[in-house]
Amino acid sequence: MEVSIKDIIKPENLVYQKSSLLTEKPMHYCPGCTHGVVNRLIAEVIEELGLQQETIGVTPVGCSVLLYNYIDIDWQEAAHGRAPALGTGIKRLRPDKYVFTYQGDGDLAAIGTAETIHACNRGENILMVFINNGIYGMTGGQMAPTTLEGMAASTCPFGRDPERDGNPLRMTEIVATLPGTRYVTRQAAHTAGAVRKLKKALIKGFNNQKENKGTSFIEVVSTCNSGWKMTPVQANEWMVENMFPFYPLGDIKDK
Amino acid sequence: MKGNEAIAEAAIRCGVDGYFGYPITPQSEVMETLMLLKPWETTGMVVLQAESEIASINMVYGGAGCGKKVMTSSSSPGVSLMQEGLTYLAGAELPCVVVNVVRGGPGLGTIQPAQSDYFQSVKGGGHGDYKLIVLAPASVQEMADFVELAFDLAFKYRNPALILSDGMIGQMMEKVELKPYKNRWTNEEIDQLHPWATTGKPAERERNIITSVELDPNAFERFNHKLQDKYRKMQEEEVRCEQFNCEDADYLLVAYGSSARICQKAMELARAKGLKVGLLRPITLFPYPTREIQALLGHVKGILSVELSEGQMVEDVRLAVDGKVKVEHFGRVGGVVHSPEEVVEALERKIIGG
Ligand SMILES: Cc1ncc(C[n+]2csc(CCOP(=O)(O)OP(=O)(O)O)c2C)c(N)n1
Ligand code: SF4
Ligand SMILES: [Mg+2]
Repeated sequence: MEVSIKDIIKPENLVYQKSSLLTEKPMHYCPGCTHGVVNRLIAEVIEELGLQQETIGVTPVGCSVLLYNYIDIDWQEAAHGRAPALGTGIKRLRPDKYVFTYQGDGDLAAIGTAETIHACNRGENILMVFINNGIYGMTGGQMAPTTLEGMAASTCPFGRDPERDGNPLRMTEIVATLPGTRYVTRQAAHTAGAVRKLKKALIKGFNNQKENKGTSFIEVVSTCNSGWKMTPVQANEWMVENMFPFYPLGDIKDK
Repeated sequence: MKGNEAIAEAAIRCGVDGYFGYPITPQSEVMETLMLLKPWETTGMVVLQAESEIASINMVYGGAGCGKKVMTSSSSPGVSLMQEGLTYLAGAELPCVVVNVVRGGPGLGTIQPAQSDYFQSVKGGGHGDYKLIVLAPASVQEMADFVELAFDLAFKYRNPALILSDGMIGQMMEKVELKPYKNRWTNEEIDQLHPWATTGKPAERERNIITSVELDPNAFERFNHKLQDKYRKMQEEEVRCEQFNCEDADYLLVAYGSSARICQKAMELARAKGLKVGLLRPITLFPYPTREIQALLGHVKGILSVELSEGQMVEDVRLAVDGKVKVEHFGRVGGVVHSPEEVVEALERKIIGG
C-alpha cells in the first residue's frame, strides 16, 4: 500500500515542532553554525519551563549580537564583553526575573574577562551561556583567547604560537574554582545525544535561579565552520579530534 | 554635610533603585555614605561595589534597561573608563545619572579639584553623535537637588544625565535642606510609565529590546536624526542659568560650579572698584545658555570665561558671541584654584585693559 505524505503529517504523529518562542525571522548564521542550534535550544527551554514573561536575556557583541531577533522574550544588547555586568544590574534590580547572558569566547574570555570573573565570584544568580568556537567569528576569524595551540586564524595565519600569543584559556575551569559559581559544565551540540545533554544543562541553569545559590555557567564547545574554513561536517570532526581533548566535556561543578 | 554625602542622601530620598560604583578620590564618600545608610533596609535601594567603572556603568545600563532609576558616581579617570558605556546608554536611549566629581588631569593627575572634563562631558566623550544632559552644581544644596532633577530630565528624554561637579564642591561642607522621602516606583508603575523597559514579555505585548545596533544605514540615519531632534528640544526647553548683576554690566564673567562661587566674590570686588561687572552662571552645560549670553551683548563689551582648566567652556562662549565682543579665558589648573583677586586682575588685564 502506498502511503501519502498527508497520512503521515497528523497531530498524533507529531514528535517535534518549532518552539513557539522562535520568531519567523530567518537566522543570519552560516549554515552548520552551532549558534543556531543553541539559540533554538534556549527558546525551547524557556518555552517548556513557561518562563517567557519571567526571562530577560542579554546578547553579546559577536555573531550572536542579533539573537534578540530570534527568541520572543525581552532582551538587552550589551557592549562587547559587558554582558555579565548588565546581567548583574538586571538581576539585582529584578531578582524576581530569570536572567541569562549569551556570549562568545572573545566576548566572555578576552575583553570581558573581568566582568565574567567578578560576576561569577559575586555569585550573581544568573545563567551564563558561553559559546566557545575557538575563534572570533563575527570579525572574520581572528585568534581568540580559546584558539588552540597551532590552530590557524587570520591574526595567527601560521598557527597559534604560545611563545608569542600565550596559551589557550580554559575559562570554565577558572570560574569553577570560584565559590560564587554553583553549576559549571562543558557541553557540545554536535550530535543528537550532545544536544539532549546540553538541553538538560540549560534547564538546570534556569531552574537553579529559583534557589539563588550562585552562578550557573555552561560552556558549549562549538564550531565556526566559516572561520575554520571547513565544511560543517569537517568542522564537527575537527572539533571532536582537537577541541575536546583540550576542552573536555562534562560537569565540572554541581553543588 | 559634604557635597558627596548630599548626593547619597538625595539619591535615597528621591527613590533611586540602584547605585553601582567603584572607589576613587575625591568622591568615595558617595558610596561610603550609601553603605552606612543601608538604604536596602529602608527604601529597598540596591548599592553594589563593582569591579571597575566599566562594570559599574554597565550595571547601570542593565538596571536602566529595566526602567529603574539607577546611578553611579566617579571622578575623572573613572569617568574616562565609562565613556563606552555612556555612548551605549545614549545609543540605546536609556535614562540614568552619572556624577563626575572632577579632579585634575590628564592621566592619573591629581586628586585636587579641576574643571578640565568639560569637553568630555558636553561634546560627547565616547564615539558617535550623542549628547549627555549636563548639570553643574555650585553648592552642596545643588548637589542634593540636582540628583532628582537629573533623573527627571534623564527619564523625560530617555538620555543619560551627568552631574558635573568637582573636588571642591564634593568635599565642601555646607548646610543642606533635604527633601522628604519619596517612594521608589513599583514594578507595576514602571510597566505603566516606561513601556519600553525590559520587564519580562507578557503574551500581549511585543518584546522589548534595548539595543544600539542598527545595520540598515537609512534606518540608522533616521535614528541619528531622531537623537538630534531630542537634543534640539533640550536646547529649546531645558537651559538653566543664573545671572547676577547682568542688567547693566559692561563686562561679564561666565563661570560654572566652584569657579562661579569664586567669580561671585570677584564680581563684588570689581563692583567695589566701580567696574560694572556681571556674572552668568550656566547650570546646564548641555544644553548651553547660548541665547542668554547673546541677550546681553547689547551692553556687554567683553567677556571673561573663568574655569579651572586651560580653556574649554570658553569655546562655547565664543560660539555664542560669534566675534561680536572680546572673549578670553582665565583659569588655574592642575588642582590650583584661582582666587577672586586673580580673577579681577585677569579681567582688567585681558578684557578691560586689553
Ligand atoms: C570594544 C570592541 N572591540 C572590538 C569589537 C569588534 N568585535 C566584534 S565581535 C568581536 C569578536 C567576537 O568573537 P566571539 O566573542 O568569540 O564571538 P563569535 O562571533 O565567535 O560568536 C570583536 C573583536 C567591538 N565590537 N567592540
Ligand atoms: S562566522 Fe562562524 S560563528 Fe559566525 S555565524 Fe558563521 S559559522 Fe557561526
Ligand atoms: Mg568565538
